[in-house]
Amino acid sequence: MLDAYHDSRLSRALIWTIASIVLMFLMLPTLIVVPLSFSASDLLEFPPKEWSLRWYETFFASAAWMAALKTSLMLGALTAVIAVPVAFLASIAINRLGFPLAGGVYAFLLTPSVTPGILLAIGLFVVLAKLGLIGSFIGVLAGHVTLAIPVAVVVLLPAVNRFDWQQAQAARSLGAAWSGVIGRIIAPQLSLSLVAAGLMAFLSSLDEAVISIFVANGPNTTLPKLMFISLRDQIDPTIAAISTLWTLFVGVVVLTLNMRTTNA
Amino acid sequence: MSDPSLLREQRRERMFFLSLAAPAIILVGVAAMVPILWILRQSFLTLAGEATLGNYEKILSSGLTWSSLVVTLELSLSTLALCMVLGIPLALALASASRRVANLALILIMLPLWTSILVRTYGWLVLLRKDGLVNTTLASLGLTDQPLPLVYNFTGALIGMTHYMLPLFVLPVYAAMRDIDGNLVRAAASLGAGFWRCVATIILRLAFSGIASGSMIVFIYTLGFFITPAVLGGGKVNPIAIRIERTLSTFQDWGSASALGMLLLIMVLIAGCMFFAIRRLSGERIRHA
Amino acid sequence: MSPASLPISITDLRKSYGNYVALDDVTLDIAAGEFLTLLGPSGSGKTTLLMALAGFVRPERGALLVGGRDVTRLPPNKRDIGVVFQNYALFPHMSVWENVEYPLRLRGVPKAQARERAEAALRRMELSGFGARDIAALSGGQRQRVALARAIVFEPRVMLMDEPLSALDKNLREQMQFEIRKLHDDLGVTTIYVTHDQREALTMSDRIAVMNAGRIQHIDAPQEIYRRPKNRFVANFMGEANIFPVATLQGLGAGRLPREDLAMIRAENFELDPASLGDDRVEVTGRLVSKAFRGENWLLNLETVDGHQLMLSMTANRAAACGDFKIGDELRAYASSTHVHVLEEARTQ
Repeated sequence: MLDAYHDSRLSRALIWTIASIVLMFLMLPTLIVVPLSFSASDLLEFPPKEWSLRWYETFFASAAWMAALKTSLMLGALTAVIAVPVAFLASIAINRLGFPLAGGVYAFLLTPSVTPGILLAIGLFVVLAKLGLIGSFIGVLAGHVTLAIPVAVVVLLPAVNRFDWQQAQAARSLGAAWSGVIGRIIAPQLSLSLVAAGLMAFLSSLDEAVISIFVANGPNTTLPKLMFISLRDQIDPTIAAISTLWTLFVGVVVLTLNMRTTNA
Repeated sequence: MSDPSLLREQRRERMFFLSLAAPAIILVGVAAMVPILWILRQSFLTLAGEATLGNYEKILSSGLTWSSLVVTLELSLSTLALCMVLGIPLALALASASRRVANLALILIMLPLWTSILVRTYGWLVLLRKDGLVNTTLASLGLTDQPLPLVYNFTGALIGMTHYMLPLFVLPVYAAMRDIDGNLVRAAASLGAGFWRCVATIILRLAFSGIASGSMIVFIYTLGFFITPAVLGGGKVNPIAIRIERTLSTFQDWGSASALGMLLLIMVLIAGCMFFAIRRLSGERIRHA
Repeated sequence: MSPASLPISITDLRKSYGNYVALDDVTLDIAAGEFLTLLGPSGSGKTTLLMALAGFVRPERGALLVGGRDVTRLPPNKRDIGVVFQNYALFPHMSVWENVEYPLRLRGVPKAQARERAEAALRRMELSGFGARDIAALSGGQRQRVALARAIVFEPRVMLMDEPLSALDKNLREQMQFEIRKLHDDLGVTTIYVTHDQREALTMSDRIAVMNAGRIQHIDAPQEIYRRPKNRFVANFMGEANIFPVATLQGLGAGRLPREDLAMIRAENFELDPASLGDDRVEVTGRLVSKAFRGENWLLNLETVDGHQLMLSMTANRAAACGDFKIGDELRAYASSTHVHVLEEARTQ
């Protein structure tokens, strides 16, 4: 875009310098935690004087952390498994219903994303309290699924819109019922987007902190909630180890997804 | 003349598709709508269940409410300002780079989005503390003789929030800038516009809708922020979300908490309307011919 | 009122992208006030040359002089050259007035004066009263005129136009060709015009530079290029060129021509009736392969004994008999020897 200004060296250098600084700013906190997680001491000294894996050991040895990890992973998996089909069907509905119904449904399904988390958290807390479901797995799951639905819809709706609906019409003319069309014709062709939506839903659940803080208690404490509590109390280098593992995990997931989409 | 049986068929198909959306609608309705409506209702009730405006009176007369409102706005506006100062040059650099370089940079920018907010907040704690990396580096370079208070205060919360929202701001601005027809920039140059003149009169104007979108996202999201100010603010920074949590955890005052919650919701709605109005007004001028 | 326009001198200009040579040591001199067209197929380098003049493409070697001043290293915003782009490149977020005033405001012209001059430019382009309109509300032809107004309002000494009419429909295009040429004549500005349409080039130019593969194949006045093209490529590009060995020609006129070379005779220069031609005419015989009635003319395809294809274009008043010809008929075609152009190329090329 700026090829007309290839001579404005100084100005362009300025822009690129600011851009690089900002990029470093964005990556700094995620990266800084990695070497710390390998530090032998429990003081936050940088660079670490001695290297050790003790914080990783502490993490994997701690019953509390492992329980939280297990809860978070299960929640994430179930959130994805529930939210994606639900969002997929809703996306198809939005595509087929057309204005004005489609707009209304879309806006409605987006509300969990635009509503401040704290409101959803305390509201959900009350509803669950009335149902006696505070601290239950299913209570937290409900919250996570609700947050994941708009995330999945935002991924799936463009894919559904791009789909060649004449294929569906062809299938119908050949005698297929809608369930067959959706399951055998549409879904297989959108498999990449479905996987992407699933990963987004999984990650959004894994990262979800606000609702979990209010609603997930006791044996169903999630990983972020436990981290939040730890951070408020003291600076535990175990969190550095958890952070490094988390970043690694997400990095691998996002890169594989990106490679699959560019190769597709 | 419409055939009634065709109309019926049409309606049946509509019903079918609506039913496809039903699970999603029910889930969102139960787990999101109902809680919000419940808060709305509760804000007008006493603990005993009688209708009242007392909750609103209570919170609106409390100095803590107003101070938290001020802090909320301060945080959101400062975050927005910082995002613009940092994000617009970044978006410009990416939009003028080749697609390959830009895509690579975008992955790096999006990566923090997918690592947990707790991870990032922890990273900032490590960096900004009195004995953290930033202060030790500054001291070793001889730039400061006393550690700067960069965290457990407004500054820390601001840095954390800017860091969180920056990728979400950059994306729409970058997209809008990418869409700019390269010939427009060349035309401006051929007509005599220098680099900065071109950026100001052409590029930023044409990217306005992207900047407005990004700003809306940043401002509205940060209004309800909880985790970042809680961890990085050290208890001294109390936007409205933390006020709500305190009201509940310390006082169990559901009435006030609900009223505060409604206040937050109203702020979000007003902000949303303002941004939509801005988009509308500017959209009438910039029609991508 | 028009300021003195400037001559342009291009010397040994070279630009390559990796292994692909876009400009192959191009040298070209353009007189002040001339209307020169760069004509060629896509990939010929014509647009690259124009962009190098504008400053958007940096040559790796060579010099560009405008009015004696070396602009090779000058950034595009300092060259004071008016550029008209293919898709007009009008600023969508500004009104017509604001678009046209833009270069003036950049040069520090005060608002009132800028408005006046913009109005004058719009008036010249027959767009008075359009000033307050939005770009999106204009038709293609109107946008083209606004683009022209914007490019002339700051009185540049050189104008560059990159296929400005290619997006318009045929009638509008022909009208605009006339208007652009008139604009050039009124202002006297040195104009370099890029197109792939040979008809457009022939209509508008003082000189045409036919380009291919990064080089100028032939540069000359339109009539010269059309009647006496330097090589096969130029001959074929300018219109229906029948190119075949001189040896195929018979008749008195053929005797004087070098037998080893190639001859070119334009389709419209053939006659079926030798009566109007003198003794020094040439003849070709061939079998009729196809014929087509085009309204204003007949197109006849003949094949000679040695297998060369000839296309004849017979206007209606000379073609009364064409309707009666049958496929396979032996026909004799005649041409004046002045219409035979010998190509200075070896036959094997």
